Amino acid sequence: MKVVIMGCGRVGAQLAGLLDSEGHPVTILDTDAYSFRRLPPTFSGTALVGNGTDEETLKKAGIEEADAFVVVTQGDNRNVMAAQIAKHIFNVPKVICRIYDPIRRDLYNTLGIEAFSPTKIFAQMLKEKLES
Amino acid sequence: MYIIIAGGGEIGYYLAKALLDEGHEILVIEKNADRNEFICSELGSVCVRGDGCEAATLEAVGTGRADMLIAVTGDDEDNLVACQVAKHKFNVPRTIARISNPKNEAIFKKLGIDVTVSSTNVILEHIEEEVPTHPLTHLLDIRDKGLEIVEVKILPESTTVGKSVKELSLPPESVLSLIIGKGQKPRIPTADTVLQAEDRIIAVTNPESEEALRTAMRGT
Repeated sequence: MKVVIMGCGRVGAQLAGLLDSEGHPVTILDTDAYSFRRLPPTFSGTALVGNGTDEETLKKAGIEEADAFVVVTQGDNRNVMAAQIAKHIFNVPKVICRIYDPIRRDLYNTLGIEAFSPTKIFAQMLKEKLES
Repeated sequence: MYIIIAGGGEIGYYLAKALLDEGHEILVIEKNADRNEFICSELGSVCVRGDGCEAATLEAVGTGRADMLIAVTGDDEDNLVACQVAKHKFNVPRTIARISNPKNEAIFKKLGIDVTVSSTNVILEHIEEEVPTHPLTHLLDIRDKGLEIVEVKILPESTTVGKSVKELSLPPESVLSLIIGKGQKPRIPTADTVLQAEDRIIAVTNPESEEALRTAMRGT
């Protein structure tokens, strides 16, 4: 499964490492080359500097052949814009996106974007821990 | 009309000012406290502090009854989301987004934004008009038909000077509408109209045929 990941923060880098170690071809994008320090030393995929809300950058990252696109930058709006470009312009079969704001996450879910809100999930988890 | 403006930067401020003068009900949403205070002191209490992309903020300012939302922050993605939230959550009939990257025009259209205004393109069009050697000037987009009105200038060295319209190999999607010659009245071209140097030709075309039209009109 060819995967393009946008955003090489802790989550992006971790996911890239996991997929790569299982033998999936991975391309990871970030606007700052310094972020790539988070990738594990064994990472054999491609790390590309660029903004994933730009069509050309996505093409360079191989979005046209990708089976999945995961967007995990810090900006909710950047994430949904990139996710929509991947889904509606490049027709990537699986697009997953992080949206911190739970309300915005619900809206984009109804618009057909598979989105997760770590805010909601983590708060719920903490609550369950406190109650157990 | 009740118009919400997301983003109280320079564009948002002057836009609010102009629309207020036209008698519209205006509300500006701006994150920055200082900017917020400035707008309120200049224009009256028409600015609230908040994030125009957040549904909670939009809810609080009564977006449900807004006739239009105009997103003019400096970030294309923020403008996209503000418009989409307004449109899909609050059913705002008309959304307009400012874009900086001209390439986003097509993307935003595909993602359901009614109108985009690209400041980069607007400046570019003016430069095209002002630079006399520029081969083709965009005058107007007829977006719903996918057509545009352009102007082509015939230079003295163009190989088409002295040729008639029927001798030109025009792309099928392009129509010559008007010829404005030097020191002459504008005239509607016919098949026998002969092109002269310094003629300015107004044509309707689709964007894909632009290059072919330019080549046909000016020769190689």
